[in-house]
Amino acid sequence: MMDYSGILSDRVQSLAPSGIRKFFDLLESMKDGISLGVGEPDFVTPWHIRDAGIYSLEKGFTKYTSNAGLGVLRAEIAGYLHRRFDLRYDPQKQIMVTVGGSEGIDSAIRALLNPGEEAIIPVPSFVCYGPLVTMAGGVPVYVGTKRENEFRLTADELRAAITPKTKLLILPYPNNPTGAIMERKDLEAIAAVLEGTDIIVISDEIYAELTYGQRHVSIANIPGMYERTILINGFSKSHAMTGWRMGYACAPQPIIKQMLKIHQYGIMSAPTTSQYAAIEAMREGDADIELMRQEYDYRRKLLVDGLRKLGLDCFEPRGAFYVFPSIASTGLNSDEFCERFLLEEKVAVIPGTAFGAGGEGFVRMCYASSAENISEALKRLEVFINRL
Amino acid sequence: MEDVLRLLEKDARFTPQQLAAMTGKKADDIEETIKKCEAENVIIGYTALVDWDKVDPNAVTALIEVKIAPQRGAGFDRIAERIYQFEEVESLYLMSGAFDLAVVIAGRSIREISEFVFGRLAPIDGVTSTATHIILKKYKDKHRVFANQEEQQERLLFT
Repeated sequence: MMDYSGILSDRVQSLAPSGIRKFFDLLESMKDGISLGVGEPDFVTPWHIRDAGIYSLEKGFTKYTSNAGLGVLRAEIAGYLHRRFDLRYDPQKQIMVTVGGSEGIDSAIRALLNPGEEAIIPVPSFVCYGPLVTMAGGVPVYVGTKRENEFRLTADELRAAITPKTKLLILPYPNNPTGAIMERKDLEAIAAVLEGTDIIVISDEIYAELTYGQRHVSIANIPGMYERTILINGFSKSHAMTGWRMGYACAPQPIIKQMLKIHQYGIMSAPTTSQYAAIEAMREGDADIELMRQEYDYRRKLLVDGLRKLGLDCFEPRGAFYVFPSIASTGLNSDEFCERFLLEEKVAVIPGTAFGAGGEGFVRMCYASSAENISEALKRLEVFINRL
Repeated sequence: MEDVLRLLEKDARFTPQQLAAMTGKKADDIEETIKKCEAENVIIGYTALVDWDKVDPNAVTALIEVKIAPQRGAGFDRIAERIYQFEEVESLYLMSGAFDLAVVIAGRSIREISEFVFGRLAPIDGVTSTATHIILKKYKDKHRVFANQEEQQERLLFT
């Protein structure tokens, strides 16, 4: 018998597996189960975008593209970022098409970190940043954001986390799982801390199109930040294209040049069919975004209103498609709450602890689900809470 | 008001409380808006969208093109009125183009449809010709697709 644990990379083995899956296996086996757990749009990709992908297959466009992605697509992305977010990137030198936002995050981290260097990661946040930093030989430094600040990263929190070894700041806003956003004034405060350092920001803006009540502001728009920002975005959330695996990274040319090497050797090029679909999304997809955003907004308000009526403390989430209520008043911890809510009422939500320290006492509910599902889940939640 | 109407058009079962939560308005105001819309016939009614093919395999729906001679003073309206008064008529539209009225009727059989066309529609004064098209299959109505949609299997469960 081989001892694989002695053979496999220590670094990889040190990564914790996701503990969430057991919940979902349970949900799958249930009749009438409702999931507010999945973190992706419930919409199917708009037909005209799917059709563009199909048409590219009919034409036989099945070869690799250039490493950085189709020139036409990069030009469209540059146009889109200017049109929607007032950002300027040179499509030839500063944009790389990636396999989802995730690959962009991975290659950005690997392009920057030397062994032992630190990356500051606000938590609660999506689960990939820490493990990717570890895999790159770096050290994740988690900074707990707070409910009283609506889970925004503050200048003081950032300043306290910076050491001589700090190389990166990951900025995951609009935020999964809290729904927090960073407004211009918040970003300016962060910029003031970073000014004069060599810290690079990886700004994960995959939910940039999904904000409610105000447009998203990129940190790359704050004076002095453009040259130290790697912008990560993609089509998954804005255009309901998760399965196409289409993202992009934008950064100053010297950074993109190095990221492109990692991409070139690890990936070659992003899927060609998806790239053609993405061109259509950029050219004709703005109206789709608005339609879906409006729908999410209705559901967001429905869910927040319902939770508050049940007496759960819940700040107004202004981005992404998540609500992050406190369940402290129930007397249960996050894991207990989620397990019992699923077993007793067949509704799946995610414990805040899955998203790092500071998540205890909270659960994540995703409102990328029909109003009908949300209403039913709220009914069951009421029954559940009243029984406790 | 328009947001409430759009939401109700999507799902008439939304309660005033739900509509209030979704639009950020007061439930009382929503109720009032709806009552006003009903009174002014902006909201004409509420129905369920039924796929009758699953209930009665013999049920037939037909779209009938009707050409008419407009009448002095009343234009098309008077004849249209005479047509839409029939219970069987599901919908009726005045059209531009090659014909004047589009009549949609639902019947229990082809025979019932043909009896309607020859016995009731064609004899109306001013109706000059009809062309009956049988609807073979309903794919989509009111933004709803009738076929059972296949769900993608093995979705990633947690992101």
